Amino acid sequence: MLPLFRLARGPLTSLRLLPLRACSHTPMDRPVESSIRAKLSRTLAPTHLEVRNESHLHAVPAGSESHFRVLVVSPSFEGLPLVQRHRLVNEALREELAGSVHALSIQAKTPQQWSSDPSLAKSPPCMGGLKHDPGMRLRSDRE
Amino acid sequence: TMNHLFRLSAGLLRSGTAGLYRRGPVPEGHVSLVVARLFSSEPENSELGQLIKKDKVVVFIKGTPAQPMCGFSNAVVQILRMHGVDDYASYNVLEDQDLRQGVKNFSNWPTIPQVYFNGEFVGGCDILLQMHQNGDLVEELKKLGIHSALLDANKDEQKK
Repeated sequence: MLPLFRLARGPLTSLRLLPLRACSHTPMDRPVESSIRAKLSRTLAPTHLEVRNESHLHAVPAGSESHFRVLVVSPSFEGLPLVQRHRLVNEALREELAGSVHALSIQAKTPQQWSSDPSLAKSPPCMGGLKHDPGMRLRSDRE
Repeated sequence: TMNHLFRLSAGLLRSGTAGLYRRGPVPEGHVSLVVARLFSSEPENSELGQLIKKDKVVVFIKGTPAQPMCGFSNAVVQILRMHGVDDYASYNVLEDQDLRQGVKNFSNWPTIPQVYFNGEFVGGCDILLQMHQNGDLVEELKKLGIHSALLDANKDEQKK
């Protein structure tokens, strides 16, 4: 039997029942992620695309869309050195990178490279960078 | 005041005094230059253009090689360390917001860290990591006249 509600503890320590949302969030919940997917799909016609929000791995508030890892497999990358491939991705996401996206990890492979090594790289552990960042204001968690 | 700042900074560059530059020895043996406030007055192109050519290996990171303040910047530092590259210029973008934006404009690259070899933009931490993994980094360092420590490590392995 599927649980229809999940239990949540509010500040009053009493249990509250909240509706359980489906695991896949709607695009409206994650506008930046949706936009990234759409733009990369449109400009690079990838045969394989993965977009991961890694904000939760970093010192940012819950629900942030600031740190992303993308894997783009596209024939558009044939013959291009890595830096040119990454520039194509950066260009496609220029708006996002000028906006809320603070960090973007990129893997850009040709279909041949992907088939010989179908793996997603892992991000290095956060070293709390944004806590040391004079340019960023972090919203403190609501207690 | 702009003209005054131009003259002041130019004078410091010529005389080589430590007025606006802080040069401090770092445990690994290389030297980090921290350029404070200079970028707010100089046109980015000329100043950064010179900076990236002054040393064979130049990195713009968050924090310092001794104390990186970001996992991605740390990855760059660790990779260079693995290859035994200890003599490189490292600039801390957290110390100067003008430098931080200036280098993004100059490189036309939206993120930090940024790596330069012989005045040429190489990429960020993803690219450096891939170059390290596929052997390209050893080759590129060789072209710079830098012998990667990993070559010696491999030789030791083969002797056993």
